[in-house]
Amino acid sequence: MLAFILRRLAQALMVMLSVAFIAFMLFQYVGDPVASMLGQDATAEQREALRAELGLDKPFPLQFAHFVGNALQGDFGLSLRQGRKVSTLIAERLPATLELSLAAAVIALLVGIPLGVYAALKRGTFSSQVAMTASLLGVSLPTFLIGILLILLFSVQLKWLPSFGRGDTVALGAWSTGLLTVDGWKHLVLPAITLSVFQLALILRLVRAEMLEVLRTDYIKFARARGLPDRAVYFGHALKNTLVPVITITGLQLGALIAFAIITETVFQWPGMGFLFIQAVQFADVPVMAAYLCLVALIFVIVNLAVDLLYFAVDPRLRIEKPAGGH
Amino acid sequence: MSTTTAAAPGALARFLDGDVWHSFKNSPMAIVAALIALLCVFCALFAPWVAPHNPFDMTSIDLNDARRPPAWMDGGSAKFLLGTDDQGRDILSAIMYGARISLFVGVASVLVSMVVGVALGLLSGFAGGRTDALIMRVCDVMLSFPPLLVALLIDGVGRAMFPNADETLAFGVLIVAISLTGWVQYARTVRGSTMVERNREYVQAARVIGVAPLRIMFRHVLPNVMGPVLVLATIHVAAAILTEATLSFLGVGVPPTSPSLGTLIRIGNDVLFSGEWWITIFPGLMLILIALSVNLLGDWLRDALNPRLR
Amino acid sequence: MTAPLLEVRHLRVEFPTRRGTLLALDDISFDISPGEVLGVVGESGAGKSLTGAAIIGLLEPPGRIAGGEILLGGRRIDNLPYEQMRAIRGKRIGAIFQDPLTSLNPLYTVGRQLTETILTHLPVSAEEARARAVKLLQETGIPAAEQRLEQYPHQFSGGMRQRVVIALALAAQPELIVADEPTTALDVSIQAQIIALLKRLCKEHGAAVMLVTHDMGVIAETCDRVAVMYAGRICEIGPVHEVIHHPAHPYSRGLMGSIPAMDDTRERLLQIDGAMPRLNAIPKGCAFNPRCPQVMERCRSERPELRDARHTRAACWLHAQEADS
Repeated sequence: MLAFILRRLAQALMVMLSVAFIAFMLFQYVGDPVASMLGQDATAEQREALRAELGLDKPFPLQFAHFVGNALQGDFGLSLRQGRKVSTLIAERLPATLELSLAAAVIALLVGIPLGVYAALKRGTFSSQVAMTASLLGVSLPTFLIGILLILLFSVQLKWLPSFGRGDTVALGAWSTGLLTVDGWKHLVLPAITLSVFQLALILRLVRAEMLEVLRTDYIKFARARGLPDRAVYFGHALKNTLVPVITITGLQLGALIAFAIITETVFQWPGMGFLFIQAVQFADVPVMAAYLCLVALIFVIVNLAVDLLYFAVDPRLRIEKPAGGH
Repeated sequence: MSTTTAAAPGALARFLDGDVWHSFKNSPMAIVAALIALLCVFCALFAPWVAPHNPFDMTSIDLNDARRPPAWMDGGSAKFLLGTDDQGRDILSAIMYGARISLFVGVASVLVSMVVGVALGLLSGFAGGRTDALIMRVCDVMLSFPPLLVALLIDGVGRAMFPNADETLAFGVLIVAISLTGWVQYARTVRGSTMVERNREYVQAARVIGVAPLRIMFRHVLPNVMGPVLVLATIHVAAAILTEATLSFLGVGVPPTSPSLGTLIRIGNDVLFSGEWWITIFPGLMLILIALSVNLLGDWLRDALNPRLR
Repeated sequence: MTAPLLEVRHLRVEFPTRRGTLLALDDISFDISPGEVLGVVGESGAGKSLTGAAIIGLLEPPGRIAGGEILLGGRRIDNLPYEQMRAIRGKRIGAIFQDPLTSLNPLYTVGRQLTETILTHLPVSAEEARARAVKLLQETGIPAAEQRLEQYPHQFSGGMRQRVVIALALAAQPELIVADEPTTALDVSIQAQIIALLKRLCKEHGAAVMLVTHDMGVIAETCDRVAVMYAGRICEIGPVHEVIHHPAHPYSRGLMGSIPAMDDTRERLLQIDGAMPRLNAIPKGCAFNPRCPQVMERCRSERPELRDARHTRAACWLHAQEADS
């Protein structure tokens, strides 16, 4: 097991380094940082001076090392658009995105898994068809459209819920949370639902497919042949085996959530990292793009590792490497 | 029960007798989905001839016609069945032209993805060893990133590198961006099938005879792995269209001179609160129709091609 | 003669497909007496496993029983509602399947799967169930049974796993065990052990066995009687010794003749030309007639019933003549 963890850590490191490399390349070659900082009218000497100051005349590997060193401290320079430190900008926006993503993940899991189990057990019935069609709809609707439709219905027509921003937030040290105020919750509802739809539909379909596969296995057949009651067969045996692969895929989806948050944040003007990123892309604000990239990669890697460890905890086949002998 | 005939029927006859067509005939959803998809494709392909107006023709647009509601509401007119936008452009025509662009980008991206992915998958599965390991590593790293992020990045980079890109280049970057998000699925699937096929006797026999590896890959292995690839491609088209729509909605997709459905939705979104809902909703509906029907087709195709479910 | 434990009367199992309905089991009839071991032998696709599945009520849809009756202890079980059939499964009829690798749930310990089965059917306490589980494992020859209870299936080797499966099948003390190819997936060296174990345990627990296999060697070692199946029908049934040494049906003769023996002086093994017909192309009359070396006109048009033939019962017109004359 130790070997496994070490291997995964090494992989994670490789991913981070590749990402850092890409981010670095962005910095170096996409747009000219010197020109952006000095403007068009700088003299050649001024440019040279700035290049030396920024270390742009040093050999490539050194610059990369410098970049990585800075990155590890969270220093990505200044935003080209706003002129403020990138790390500050991101730190301000991180809590908003994380809260939104977690809320959406919870919704997707709490609704998707039971519905998926239901659709598998009641296969062929009308209600399961409805569930499957609804899930297909969920996968076919682009997230931004869902957001717009929800806004149209609940904000414009019914005027029940607000349609932009985060509402009143409470600062807990460096973290600002919207979960401690009613207003914050009201603002969270529509964006969280919007963000969760795609994941929910995916989880539903996945759980259903897995469950159907499991229900066809020999050990389920044997369990039935032993006369075990349906409840034990479905929820004792089948469900546990279904959830194991579902856990991993769901964990990986958490990363996708953070990306999709970009869209949701844009539609609802939610002040999170995603919104920041979109503005950076529109403006070609490379430092922000690079920083976002690295941060998201880091979150992914951490989530992946956590999921792997969880897998270990749940599936006994992975824990003990070799079977005992004897026949 | 009659026994099977001795002569081998032609390919068309085989298809019509096969499980795929039979499953299609028996599935009303598949038929409806196929019809809707065909209708959308038809409108999109032949938009210049089918659409009542040309929304890009500056001379035909009259600002007096702006913000008209759909024909069945007060203030609407039969000339503009689904209403007009803030510039006086007919929504129905805009949808058709927009669908055209959306479909174009979607299908083009999938084709590129497919070609790249299948080629790399074949190579990886067939060559094995370090080539395989390298390609799989790249796949792993790419899979760590959500597709939207990759598309956004490439788009952003493209913007930064070519600030004054002309329309063709902009489309090119967009298509590349979307293709790069999808090729991994093809590569992995094809690699898996290739590795299975590689060990089959007919491949080994061909190798022993001295047939060139490339020929083996394309003539023998490829037809056997195309089934799952087709299912993937169908579902991928819907995903690609949605990705493009999302990018355009966010303002980083197709150039503004060729608005796709996503662009139209964005334009409508700006006026959503003033009550002119039709500018957003109809393009949205069209988008949903296309994505849904393609997804349904893909779903049905997967079930039809899955031997275990028959 | 004691009353039979299991009676199968004119059982028919069909599979509706979009190309028409396929008859997979066509008028099968046989009995199993308490404590006896009946072998069911035949090629792949002859319908052996389906018969077992029909008996325990686990036919995979769209397969369904289209006719006939199955009686356990004199009462019909083929038309029981689901809950009642479930109560019978495990408690009165146990089952063993082919592949021990996939028969056990990989996520639960062996002990949990055993105690769960025991507690479902027997009114005992949890401790008692555990004690019984240990005893069952010991009976099946698994050393250090107490510790093994806490282990997972993947920690057992193939043969050990099948022992666990046997223990599970016997856990609720059934009267009949349907064993579907229990040794096919095991190493040859282990097959004999497992078969011997199965026979011994069933004898000790007083359970009858319906042993489905394509391996005549296993049949010869273990069974009291044997039924030979072909294309969804029984073509011969009788005491093992008789069927092996005095087969009356040409197909059985072909089967027995194709098995090499240690003292065989033949140069070539007997071979039956052709192949078993597919379910949608079963010939009229006797299903074996296209391949039969002793085919007569009558065989091509009329289907023979099982009738007495010297030492066994065979479904063959050859012996009708003898009985009639």
